[in-house]
Amino acid sequence: MTAGAWALFLAVFLACAVEAVEATTIVLAAGTARDWRSAATGTGVALVVLAAIVAVLGPAVAAIPIRDLRLIVGALLLIFGLQWVRKAILRASGHKALHDEDRLYAEHLAQAQAARGEGGRRTALVPDWYGFTLSFKGVLLEGLEVVFIVLTFGSNQHNVGLAAIAAACAVVLIAGIGFAVRAPLARVPENTLKFIVGIMLTAFGAFWGAEGAGARWPGSDAALLVLIPGFALLALALTAWLRRTGSPAGGSPATAASPAMTSERAA
Amino acid sequence: MGSRLRAFGAFWYDFVIGDDWVIAVGVVIALLGTYLLSRAGVAAWWLLPVLVAVVLPVSLWRAVRSR
Repeated sequence: MTAGAWALFLAVFLACAVEAVEATTIVLAAGTARDWRSAATGTGVALVVLAAIVAVLGPAVAAIPIRDLRLIVGALLLIFGLQWVRKAILRASGHKALHDEDRLYAEHLAQAQAARGEGGRRTALVPDWYGFTLSFKGVLLEGLEVVFIVLTFGSNQHNVGLAAIAAACAVVLIAGIGFAVRAPLARVPENTLKFIVGIMLTAFGAFWGAEGAGARWPGSDAALLVLIPGFALLALALTAWLRRTGSPAGGSPATAASPAMTSERAA
Repeated sequence: MGSRLRAFGAFWYDFVIGDDWVIAVGVVIALLGTYLLSRAGVAAWWLLPVLVAVVLPVSLWRAVRSR
């Protein structure tokens, strides 16, 4: 390969690796904290939709308004993330019993499925719509960005094929690493995971939502490296503040000394 | 039919809005503010982090106060 081809490969590989890390993070978080089958189904459906979009639109896929997509996805992720962080803080500070919302969620889900007349097959494939939706949105959005990167970089260098190979290498590598760390993640206590996932969703949601609304972040993607620890510090400070106000839900401050200590898992 | 529609609506309300509507309303207002500031040529990236720093403690305080 020529030097130009290597430069194209490296640029696309690194850019797509960043997108793959973001998608893998969301899928791992959704699978570990919620339900693996739902997360896998969401990933699979997103890949099918992505393939269909690329197959139908081809190079015209670059015309899809990514800003609008980022605005909608960012808003939903921000709302979901703040809800998760809120619940995790309430549990960690002893103000909310563990898993009561899981029972309520299952009831609402069963009602909605009955109302929509959904069959058992779909229920078996997607036991948890939160996990499905989070994975679906994350993979579809990041996947579209990978497609944009391949098309724009590849078109500029008149070598879309090489750009596609570089993107595939990055995605396979990152997905493999993500699969390898899946088991260690599963041993992390549930409320800790929800705490971390909530922080990640909030950070990604704020990042994408602001970009979708027209704002530009200082440092571009590097702003996430400030948002994530910043939101984490805020959440930890709020947890400490709420602990001092007492624990009416029955969780003593001793058992909620950190988000990691609320270690029950969902049934 | 009516009860099914209500159940369907309740599911989506719970799914998107969740336990505290203040969060969803705050996010929509902040995104609108970000859009308007950006259109006016003013840096608006700080608005959503400020929203998080304000809405999260407010929502937590509402939850604690109601228990």
